[in-house]
Amino acid sequence: MTKTKTGTKDSKRRKTALKSVAKKTPKTKQAAIPAEQLLQFYKDMLLIRRFEEKSGQLYGMGLIGGFCHLYIGQEAVVTGIQAALTDIDTVITAYRDHGHMLACGMDPKGVMAELTGRADGYSKGKGGSMHMFSRDKKFYGGHGIVGATAPLGTGLAFAHKYREDGGITACYYGDGAANQGQVYESYNMAALWKLPVLYVIENNKYAMGTSQERSAAGELYKRGEGWGIPGKKIDGMDVTVVYREAQEAVDFVRGGGGPFILEVETYRYRGHSMSDPAKYRTKEEVQSVRDERDPIQTVRNMLVADKTYSEDDLKEVEKEIKQIVGEAAEFAQQSPEPDPSELWTDIVL
Amino acid sequence: MTIEILMPALSPTMTDGKLAKWHVAEGDTVAAGDVLAEIETDKATMEVEAVDEGTIGKILIPEGTENVAVNAPIAVLLEEGESDSDIKAESSAAAPQKEEKEAKEEKPEDKAEETDVRPQAPAAAAAPASDEDKFFAETVTQTVREALRDGMAEEMRRDKDVFVMGEEVAEYQGAYKVTQGLLQEFGEKRVIDTPITEMGFAGVGTGAAYAGLKPVVEFMTMNFAMQAIDHIINSAAKTLYMAGGQLGCPIVFRGPNGAAARVGAQHSQCFASWYAHVPGLKVVAPYSAADAKGLIKAAIRDPNPVVVLENEIMYGKSFDVPVSEDYVIPIGKAKIERAGTDVTLVSFSISVGRALEAADALAEQGISAEVINLRSLRPLDTETVLNSVRKTNRLVTVEEGWPVAGIGAEFSAVLMENGFDDLDAPVLRVHGADVPMPYADNLERLALPQIEDVINAAKKVCYAG
Repeated sequence: MTKTKTGTKDSKRRKTALKSVAKKTPKTKQAAIPAEQLLQFYKDMLLIRRFEEKSGQLYGMGLIGGFCHLYIGQEAVVTGIQAALTDIDTVITAYRDHGHMLACGMDPKGVMAELTGRADGYSKGKGGSMHMFSRDKKFYGGHGIVGATAPLGTGLAFAHKYREDGGITACYYGDGAANQGQVYESYNMAALWKLPVLYVIENNKYAMGTSQERSAAGELYKRGEGWGIPGKKIDGMDVTVVYREAQEAVDFVRGGGGPFILEVETYRYRGHSMSDPAKYRTKEEVQSVRDERDPIQTVRNMLVADKTYSEDDLKEVEKEIKQIVGEAAEFAQQSPEPDPSELWTDIVL
Repeated sequence: MTIEILMPALSPTMTDGKLAKWHVAEGDTVAAGDVLAEIETDKATMEVEAVDEGTIGKILIPEGTENVAVNAPIAVLLEEGESDSDIKAESSAAAPQKEEKEAKEEKPEDKAEETDVRPQAPAAAAAPASDEDKFFAETVTQTVREALRDGMAEEMRRDKDVFVMGEEVAEYQGAYKVTQGLLQEFGEKRVIDTPITEMGFAGVGTGAAYAGLKPVVEFMTMNFAMQAIDHIINSAAKTLYMAGGQLGCPIVFRGPNGAAARVGAQHSQCFASWYAHVPGLKVVAPYSAADAKGLIKAAIRDPNPVVVLENEIMYGKSFDVPVSEDYVIPIGKAKIERAGTDVTLVSFSISVGRALEAADALAEQGISAEVINLRSLRPLDTETVLNSVRKTNRLVTVEEGWPVAGIGAEFSAVLMENGFDDLDAPVLRVHGADVPMPYADNLERLALPQIEDVINAAKKVCYAG
């Protein structure tokens, strides 16, 4: 995958990335993340990246319809957070949700088949990009209404507490949703009842086409202060940072500390949805993030520096991911459209 | 095998666009995510990114070309180990395939026919059987308020996953005392005072129901549920369908609905037709205390989101209520409150009382009215109403809500479609005036349907003066 043409640039990038990592994680504070874990991060993020690129392609071919919001650029967020969770924990997010589903362990074939609106999709083709669920993987959607996930996720956390099962909820929403009133109604109840919920604000800087500067007064991670909810802003382009910070936050929430707000600074490379030409930001801005802070390249650089795995090992991973995504895309095109009778099923139980 | 790079669509409606600029040239190596070209439509300019890595083997469409059809090949990408000769070999092989495809596409009507087979909506399910009558052998006199409370308490004893949340439901014992005593019996874990935060707690309840708990969410009045209606509809009602049947939402949203007395426009609205409109919800509206108990128990046991529309004025009215804890009214089953032969009066909630009083008055004038208490607004028991009209040949609907797209309007349509030949007179609707509820005593009375209005409508369809 690494091109001879870009080889020099790559090694330069590696050096810069390593320098910044060393700065951010002083050795005295944390033990190094083992190479196996780094490799897993690389795999998980690459799967999301390649899956989303393929989704974009299938959208362009007219095989995926409607709205399609890609997660490209934000992969480190969900990968790092999910790695800090356990099997009993529940997850909910908004409409930019393909990455979350893959990170929860949902089958790429079923996700892709839902995107193409086919019978073998997670929702039998009846939900689409924004509406997929897996009770088995504790993934509770996939919601298209901006801000709605905050009280819904708080309700999932309420259920953990009610059942005393030791689980917590990772409740994801974006910087745009952070301005919805129901988010603060949720903060209030979560703090009041000490609910085990980790609010993850995926701050990709743009609420659709409106930059954070133009839509949000003050700092998002501080917005729980009035309710006594601690918050932290972290670098969401480095999966190791996200993972470590998530571990701390998860420990706090699981230990009975109540809700915690993790504002994760990230960046989406693509438009808000497929039909967004992204005129509200410059190409240079996008390119500089891609060149200097790409989360996948960053972890790849770490793996190369670590030397536990050879370049061939990494290429093997890349090949494997390519195959998984290729198979998912093939499956999603081969799967039949839902039977017309499905129009009238699953309305009420 | 070489990879064809296709002209992408920027939106489902785009059919063609301009290939404005190539960012790569033949012979360039590209990685996934690299920008290859820019395309333009009348609405937007977008970049085409590489999905696969390889070498640009051939550019098929030069930059500046207008009206490039979506999905037309614009370039060929060579993968590792491939060369130009692979392109030639494949494009000649690909050509006939393309013709074949075009030949196929000449008959678009074939596909239209295939996809146009629209499955019929399942026939309205027959109203469920009910064994409720037998439970009236042993009854106690109770208010609607007490019946609702007892119904909830019985279900809470039966199932630990049932809990009650809302404003003032616990320590205050309910703004209208419907939850009186529940905190004392079940404790603060299961009887939960919320802040004044309708959207928030409706969403929290819905999230808890996703996880399998069975919340009973009280709105102090249904007027305030308008702040929460997004969760009732978008988050609760639609989820089962959107999840392909994987994830349901067993939740009850309840509270007093419709006009109270002299509380003005923002506190006096009937939401019956709003909720009855929504697939994925069940909607019930009890009239008597027996209805209240049987329906709240059915709502809590139901695995779907159920909206229970109560009525503040009815809370203090007393009725005979079966003693048995097994008394449950099946959702979707109307009740004939009074048998008659000349005209059918169909109603729900507090208006059933008006219909019954009107029937008494009509009887004195020699008109025998049959009164149907709908009890459920979704699903609607149209069968019971149609059977009645088959006998009386006349229908009058009675409700407090506004007329436009109301429950009465729905029955007018049901009769047009399925009972037209049985009608000897047009269906008439008695309803609230099409105005925001006024405060003044006299105006409020004028805005609400009165017994006299029901009597007049019944006489009109009976052509009796």
